[in-house]
Amino acid sequence: MPEAHMPVWEVFIRARAGLAHRHAGSVHAPDAEMALQAARDTYTRRGEGLSIWVVPSAAITASDPVDKGSLFEPTADKIYRHPTFYEVPDEVGHM
Amino acid sequence: MYTQALNQKDSGPPAGAPEDAERLARFEARVAADDKIEPNDWMPAAYRRTLTRQISQHAHSEIVGMLPEGNWITRAPSLRRKAALLAKVQDEGGHGLYLYAAAETLGTSREQLVDQLLSGKAKYSSIFNYPTLTWADIGAIGWLVDGAAIMNQIPLCRTSFGPYARAMVRICKEESFHQRQGYEIMLTLCRGTPAQKAMAQDALNRWWWPALMMFGPPDAESAHTDQSMRWRIKRFTNDELRQQFVDATVPQGHYLGLTFPDPKLRFDEASGHWQFGEIDWEEFRQVLAGNGPCNRERIEARRAAHADGVWVREAALAHAAKRRARKAAAQQLAAE
Amino acid sequence: MTSITVAETPLLRAVLARADDALVHAHRLSEWVGHAPMLEEDLALGNVALDLLGQARSLYTHAAAIEGLERSEDDLAYLRDAPQFRNLLLLEQPNGDFANTIVRLFLHAAFMLPWWKAAMSSTDATLAAIAAKAEKEAAYHVRHAGEWLIRLGDGTEESHRRSTEALDRLWRFTGEMFAIDAEEEPLIEAGVIPHPAIIRPAWDATVAHVLAEATLARPRDGWMQLGGRRGTHTEALGHLLAVMQHLQRAYPGASW
Repeated sequence: MPEAHMPVWEVFIRARAGLAHRHAGSVHAPDAEMALQAARDTYTRRGEGLSIWVVPSAAITASDPVDKGSLFEPTADKIYRHPTFYEVPDEVGHM
Repeated sequence: MYTQALNQKDSGPPAGAPEDAERLARFEARVAADDKIEPNDWMPAAYRRTLTRQISQHAHSEIVGMLPEGNWITRAPSLRRKAALLAKVQDEGGHGLYLYAAAETLGTSREQLVDQLLSGKAKYSSIFNYPTLTWADIGAIGWLVDGAAIMNQIPLCRTSFGPYARAMVRICKEESFHQRQGYEIMLTLCRGTPAQKAMAQDALNRWWWPALMMFGPPDAESAHTDQSMRWRIKRFTNDELRQQFVDATVPQGHYLGLTFPDPKLRFDEASGHWQFGEIDWEEFRQVLAGNGPCNRERIEARRAAHADGVWVREAALAHAAKRRARKAAAQQLAAE
Repeated sequence: MTSITVAETPLLRAVLARADDALVHAHRLSEWVGHAPMLEEDLALGNVALDLLGQARSLYTHAAAIEGLERSEDDLAYLRDAPQFRNLLLLEQPNGDFANTIVRLFLHAAFMLPWWKAAMSSTDATLAAIAAKAEKEAAYHVRHAGEWLIRLGDGTEESHRRSTEALDRLWRFTGEMFAIDAEEEPLIEAGVIPHPAIIRPAWDATVAHVLAEATLARPRDGWMQLGGRRGTHTEALGHLLAVMQHLQRAYPGASW
């Protein structure tokens, strides 16, 4: 009979000043403080981090892969959002 | 390898039988195109089952693997070696942790996976059922066992399941020092006193064949190779990886001035490979079946750690529940 | 190589004492790796052990330099017999259960954090540099052990009982942290190491704060066990060293 589940936390780490926090993995911990310590002890053993976020895994709402078409494909033809859509003569230089 | 018991028969329903043929075809096409499968994506039940088994076996191997090497942390013969070994064994715990997390994304909790290990239902690599008898065994494990593991793990960085592949990338990066520290220990022993060199030779004698067994049974007898290759869960066959390992390792052993315990070992000019003798597959089967020298001790040690930790985990959860209750009561009071 | 004996000056003895503290404590914590109550804790205790091992190495290297006989960190760690070891009795105590290990770590780290802080302005430049690094490590050790002790004390009935028993078992060793040898007085006056009396208020405050949150009672200060600093140890140290030193002793002069 498996015992009570220890909550799972997702770990996000800022590797260097100026970078965004990035998903590193997850840990098991009874509460937020212990999750933070577990994240530090697990994912920054080689000096990988300056800042850590921990978020209860259960608190994450993810998009459904089935919706991939409706969520992400409509942006595929909006090429006017990209700089290369616009022509600027070479003589004008870098813009 | 760390997941060698995968070569046993899958007891679940056959892949794809009751499932939507069109979705299955789309899935197979994505995998064939080297697209990554993520936890929320649709996947055949057999893929989920096989991967859960493979990743959790890999995790269990890392965790049980802490024991034979951990056996020498307190006896490491210099402070430098002690720090390296402690960091290495700790890394293995970390790797087990990453892998359990990857397996959990497939829907089985760590508690369930650990339960499968402790009840004997889940397997782990046969190699960790051998004893570490002298300090040279720590060198031999780093050099041979980690060397063999790397052969297997590097291709797994490109495996089809995203969380597994990402865990493997991190693991391979961290493990790069493990094999080197093992080889350095062997080199130091081989350049040391005659007693030290004899210690190194004895360790090679005892670890060489078990290391070759890590790659699992020969391809002809391996139950799952085809499907696992198609699903990009496995990227080379057992025999291919074993040969790669022998080719890489034999010259390293000769550099140490050691003799491999295989009279049939010889370099074949025509193929460019080292040919080796027959592996004792009966020994392999016995170790997997629970009859290795240390099977009982390893599982008993894990069971003891788990049982001794129950009150700690319960206390931590109980305290968290108390805090939540206090916070809720305080908020209630503030609201009134 | 047979056992060595170090001709201790007061400074050498003071540095060796802290080196032995760190090494013996690291040894104990390293025994948990692979056997901890949670996988996350295998890693956490491993990190603390590695911090302490690092401190021990820096301190032995410093001690060897003070001694000036070209001995190595390993000579000092592996070739002295138990009566030459200067560590606190507290730190050689067997791990016992997780509560015992956490209480031991907490009581000592709560002392070392202010000690290292004070030692950062030591007139011994090497010691000051070691202190600057160790202070940060000790801060995390206090945090980790303190948070665990709060959870164990204010967790279940069983965890509360085990924490209380651990405090009762180990409290008699805490007095040694604050004791001073007559020999140490000149070092304290010269600003080489801090006077333990100035550490006391910070230690008392940390202990009071954590024990209150943990709903644990502070044991009464009864008779305190001393002797570690003079080499009169408990029975535990001989076994610890027999394990730790056996290869160096069995193969004299070999390098590893």
